Amino acid sequence: MVWVLVGTLAVPLAGFLFILALPRRHVRWIHAVSLTASLVTLALAIALWIAFRPNEAGFQFHIAVRWIEALDIGFRLGIDGISLLLVLLTTFLMPIALLASLEPIRHRQKEYYAMMMLLESAMLGVFVALDTFLFYVFWELVLIPMYFIIGIWGGGNRVYAALKFFLYTLVGSLLMLVAIVWLGVYAEQHAGSFTADFERLRYIAPNLPIELQRWLFWAFALSFCIKVPLFPLHTWLPDAHVEAPTAGSVILAGVLLKMGTYGLVRFNLELFPQASFEYAPLLAWLGVVGILYGALVAFAQNDMKKLIAYSSVSHLGFIVLGIFSMTVEGLQGALLQMVNHGLSTGMLFLCVGMLYERRHTRELAEFGGLAPRMPVFAVLVALAVLSSAGLPGLNGFIGEFLSLLGAAQSRFLDSFLPAVLGACGIILAAAYLLKFYHALMFGQPGNPENYHLRDIHWLERLQLLPLVALFLLIGLYPRPFLQTSEVALRGLVAKLEQLRFGTTTIGVPEPKPPSEQPSPPGVGEPQKLLEEQLRRMPPPRP
Amino acid sequence: MEFVTQLSSAAPVVMIGLLATAVMLIDAFVRDSTTIAFWTSLIGLLVVAGAGIATVSASGTVFSGMLSVGGTAALFDVLLALAGILTLLAARPYLRREVREYDEFYSLLLFALAGAIMLAHSAHLITFFLGIELMSISFYVLAGYFRSQPRSIEAALKYFLLGAFATGFLLYGIAMLYGSSGALSYTAIHEHLQKGSALPTLLLIGVGLLLVGIGFKIAIVPFHQWVPDVYQGAPTVVTAFMSTVGKAAVVIGLIPLFQALQPAVETKVQVAVAMLSALTILLGNIVAVVQSNIKRMLAYSSIAHAGYLLMGFVAQSERGWAGMLFYAAAYVFMQLGAFVVVAIIERENEHRLELSDYAGLSRRHPVLAALMSIFLFSLTGLPPFAGFFGKYYLFTAAIAAGYTWLAIIAVIGTMISAYFYLGVLVAMYFREPHESLAVAHGSTAMWTLWLSCIAVLALGIFPTPFLQFLERFL
Repeated sequence: MVWVLVGTLAVPLAGFLFILALPRRHVRWIHAVSLTASLVTLALAIALWIAFRPNEAGFQFHIAVRWIEALDIGFRLGIDGISLLLVLLTTFLMPIALLASLEPIRHRQKEYYAMMMLLESAMLGVFVALDTFLFYVFWELVLIPMYFIIGIWGGGNRVYAALKFFLYTLVGSLLMLVAIVWLGVYAEQHAGSFTADFERLRYIAPNLPIELQRWLFWAFALSFCIKVPLFPLHTWLPDAHVEAPTAGSVILAGVLLKMGTYGLVRFNLELFPQASFEYAPLLAWLGVVGILYGALVAFAQNDMKKLIAYSSVSHLGFIVLGIFSMTVEGLQGALLQMVNHGLSTGMLFLCVGMLYERRHTRELAEFGGLAPRMPVFAVLVALAVLSSAGLPGLNGFIGEFLSLLGAAQSRFLDSFLPAVLGACGIILAAAYLLKFYHALMFGQPGNPENYHLRDIHWLERLQLLPLVALFLLIGLYPRPFLQTSEVALRGLVAKLEQLRFGTTTIGVPEPKPPSEQPSPPGVGEPQKLLEEQLRRMPPPRP
Repeated sequence: MEFVTQLSSAAPVVMIGLLATAVMLIDAFVRDSTTIAFWTSLIGLLVVAGAGIATVSASGTVFSGMLSVGGTAALFDVLLALAGILTLLAARPYLRREVREYDEFYSLLLFALAGAIMLAHSAHLITFFLGIELMSISFYVLAGYFRSQPRSIEAALKYFLLGAFATGFLLYGIAMLYGSSGALSYTAIHEHLQKGSALPTLLLIGVGLLLVGIGFKIAIVPFHQWVPDVYQGAPTVVTAFMSTVGKAAVVIGLIPLFQALQPAVETKVQVAVAMLSALTILLGNIVAVVQSNIKRMLAYSSIAHAGYLLMGFVAQSERGWAGMLFYAAAYVFMQLGAFVVVAIIERENEHRLELSDYAGLSRRHPVLAALMSIFLFSLTGLPPFAGFFGKYYLFTAAIAAGYTWLAIIAVIGTMISAYFYLGVLVAMYFREPHESLAVAHGSTAMWTLWLSCIAVLALGIFPTPFLQFLERFL
């Protein structure tokens, strides 16, 4: 199975090289190669999911090949429940993004599809790397193709947006580089040898004195928070989203932002727990500010892409809040929300892209009254909107609910307020999303051209239907997804609580005995988990 | 017999000297000899590189402790000869296009390389000085090679006057060292220092003056003033050559010297050099941002890269020296590649050197643009290219020595540098071409680019063999 994991990185990379070797006039071939490669990668990721043993703690499909021995840098890969879900999300969105590129991308197709393949390989590398050096290599490698995708195939102001995207990300990540090197040197001076091995560092780093941890925490967190983007570091996002081509926006919102939240879980919580305790309230509050601010700004937008971009700021706030609640529920919710946001926001961007293809405008005022003319489209957009707004029964609800629940009962935040204010964000989300939907679909067409719009055709349906299927699957039956990540997150939270309070309420997962036992609260079926948590929630204060 | 053994283990130095003389003689005695000179130089350099490989396992010093042989010096023989070959391949089409292919060019290039290789082998202050001077004087002449262009003449004159001044410092420093320790060979100096029989004040002054001289040669702030004008005025292939070979040779030359001087290099010196390094990185990168002439921009960026190189010096550790050598090697390929792209785009009499001339290059010449992007990404320090690993390695050395602040300054410099390197990318990829950029394809210069590109990728992705070599011989 190790080779399947390597394959998920190698197949897109092979696709990249193969496309480079193809003559540029064979456009059909280029399309075929990239789609095939991305579908094969998806198949490999699903194979990983099937082979994954959710009850086992630690990393699976572990691979470590020596690379640069002088600095103990290795080609170390492995996945746990946290990264597996994001790998699935990435591989799932990529074929859809490629399908969405077939029509709008008309020039320099060879470079475009090559860049998309390189991007996929690099993104997957970020999620599966277990070596700080390797992680950094992939992290930076994501920048290069995305920079070109925005800059070459983007809208009118694309050069500015691409540059802003690149520089913002680079500023954060270079400080992270210093921290990565610093950690390695610390290991050399206190634990024998320089290392970039994540599994060694996770034992070394938490023993750092707190004064040093603070610095390192921020060196990492700054880089991740820019990527998330956490308020007030979010200003690159609307520009990048508005200018990027549709598929670029889908990948940007769907996967690239998750690299930041993934990094917060993987590196900040894992390596610098004591500093995380200290800064959890601050970051959680920034998350809350992001939720409210993003929602309010989204409400005022007339450009559809900008509206969705700000809604991303708001949704990602929930994720950060969930992460820094440092509870199992909160982290489960955050992780699920990462997937959900990727799906629902991805779909919204796809829908906007479809409209843009027809009308070449993204102004809300230009539209209206589309529902009678594009009935299929209207239903699908409705589903995306409702999923994004967190309607129970669809996927968005579970993630947001669990995040808020985690925040409410967090022993680390020790305040009810972030959860309450965060919950207001859900109401605001409903407000701006319904306003968006209303302006788009109902009322009088803002422009006579709208009378002649045709409904979406099979290629477009092919992009949207898989997403809708997942909305329903996660919304109605989240168990397989929650179960995938449960053990990994449980272990993480148990470690954090142990460090902070000396005890932990988390039952360390043991192999289930054959006899039926009443499972401790929080273990077992997610539906049960929800009920259990609802019961345990403190009664509303008078 | 003894003499023959010594001669054979110092074969690269001897051969490059003979080769340079031979090409000069060909120039004197054969009419229309450019083709012969070109091929002789090319094959000769291949032989020199082969000799470098053959003598790797040699060790110790030869000729009464004048030259060290084998090890890192042999490695740099290969590297410098390779840089010479890459320059030759790029220079021929360039000079032909400018209708100025005279064969002095080849002999001057070889003499510069002879100086560089001697510098790499130096184990004695006299050979150190001889190497630096032979190289520098050849550079002065090469900078003024376009003798009808005022800018080229200005470059040569400026370089020569300031260079001669710096040589004074260098020589004075050497004299002080001699005065303090009574020895000129590195081993003898080292022994005196360890015994404590060297005069400390005189020694410190000597080290300081030496650093000033070296600082001038590799363009450390505040001794960098000559760089932009000289690099801009000199013919582009010459700039490519002297900005890479010049720096790499001085770096390999100063390492054994300062390894010998290590007992004398106190924390004070380390801190001072760290500050110079920080200043160099910041100034080079900041001033590069506002340049619109691409040669000038690369000139300032080469100043900044000298600053990064100094980080290894600050560390004063084995990893620091290894980091310097690795970065110097990476720098040779990426900077040479970038300058050769400039040389290919350039047209007679300094046309097409502005950033705006690169607009839409990727539409007309996708391969050229892609290669340029790789060199620029590597110069920025993005993975998986050689420049990234070089920086990573230097950072580990600096941080291990307790200079975390220097690493932070270095990344700030890198952020700034990303801005202007990206400016070139923006022009090449995101702007529309306004006229057709005719580029002679299939010229030998493309070989230079491909070879440099392979080197940049190989060093970036598989640095281990190179590092293991350095570990073994440093």
